[in-house]
Amino acid sequence: MGDEVVVLLDSYCSMFGMRVRIALAEKGIEYEYREENLGNKSSLLLEMNPVHKKIPVLIHNGKPICESLIIVQYIDEVWKDKSPILLPSDPYKRAQARFWADFVDKKLYDAGRGLWTKKGEEQEAAKKDFIETLKLLEGELGDKSYFGGDSFGFLDLALITFYSWFHAYETCGNFSIEDHCPKLIAWAKRCMQKESVSKSLADPNKVYDFVLFLKKKYNVE
Amino acid sequence: MATSNLKLLGMWACPYVNRAQFALKIKSIEYEFIEENPYNRSDILVTSNPFYKKIPVLIHGDKPICESLIIVQYVDDNWATGPSTLPSDAYDRALARFWAAYISDKWYPSPKLLREAQVEDEKTPLTEKISAGLLLLEEAFVKCSKGKPYFGGDNIGYLDIVLGSSLAWLKVTEIVVGIKLLDQDKIPTLSGWADRFCSDEDVKDVLPETEKLLELHEKIQAFVRDGSK
Repeated sequence: MGDEVVVLLDSYCSMFGMRVRIALAEKGIEYEYREENLGNKSSLLLEMNPVHKKIPVLIHNGKPICESLIIVQYIDEVWKDKSPILLPSDPYKRAQARFWADFVDKKLYDAGRGLWTKKGEEQEAAKKDFIETLKLLEGELGDKSYFGGDSFGFLDLALITFYSWFHAYETCGNFSIEDHCPKLIAWAKRCMQKESVSKSLADPNKVYDFVLFLKKKYNVE
Repeated sequence: MATSNLKLLGMWACPYVNRAQFALKIKSIEYEFIEENPYNRSDILVTSNPFYKKIPVLIHGDKPICESLIIVQYVDDNWATGPSTLPSDAYDRALARFWAAYISDKWYPSPKLLREAQVEDEKTPLTEKISAGLLLLEEAFVKCSKGKPYFGGDNIGYLDIVLGSSLAWLKVTEIVVGIKLLDQDKIPTLSGWADRFCSDEDVKDVLPETEKLLELHEKIQAFVRDGSK
């Protein structure tokens, strides 16, 4: 595998980009990280993802793969000889992992976004939605150490990256996530003990600074 | 495979349900189809899919699997009979998943919106969006099929199922608005694929008839009109 050329087009604060960073770190794959300026996208990004023009994009031996969860599954399949295997081998458990990862994408991102883009009643509604979504996920975790069971897997990876945004969400929404979802926070701290996670996640303070920058840019006070 | 072990909660006209049906048909898997009334959800639907309360739901033994794309992949992972729905090459699989997500998230809602649009001003941008999407999918077809009859190659595969399930309602949209959307002259390769897909024996058993869908569409529109009076 020494001839593999792997490039990741990414953006430091993106919870979607972080997913790919974790997957590559879990598998011990060497790659070139390229930070994209989302206000001035590179011609390479536009060429590699002409449909959505978004990061992350993994470029493997010149061929682009887009969409974070699709990239993670690709990494797991191509480097199947490198442990760990991120997706469960059992078809039903695999379907469940995919379902919940899709649920995170459908529900958590928008609810979280509402927390820093809205005010007043709309913000309160977003907060309620956000907490309810996290509670459902906490229910799915149950008493397990990880969503994957005894070891960190696909769903853990899909969700943990949002943890880097919790400080920003809590500050903007004026609430504590741990008050509502203590087991989930315990799970997050457990995941952060893994080097692949702690080195891949953005610094929460930098994420908050980024949110403040975006709020100013889009005139959200 | 005992049919009582496998149930599909669905509705004959729902394209998301048709996706699950295609996947099962291609693998010759027997199952019990339970027709749901979308306006009066059954207890079994609500308990097996408490988060979205939507069809399709595949219930295998006592295990529910929800979301059409996840069901199709589950059928592929769990039953080794017949050709695999997803490509064998990892990169081709990633491409298939990418286009399936594009079709489902970005393109799929538009034909329905166009069909139900009341105002002329709404129709033009929707028509343009649908046509632009189809042109993009024409290019995707050329890339994925590599000269073969289907997105999946020689046989119907994942992406054929995902896009193919929209064809019956697309025809209804064309009739309702009087515009040819999948135009043979403008989108020749994809039009050829659509004809091939709809002529396949397994597909013909599942894909709803245009006339029946048109009747259903007119019933729903009448219901909506009466309700808004």
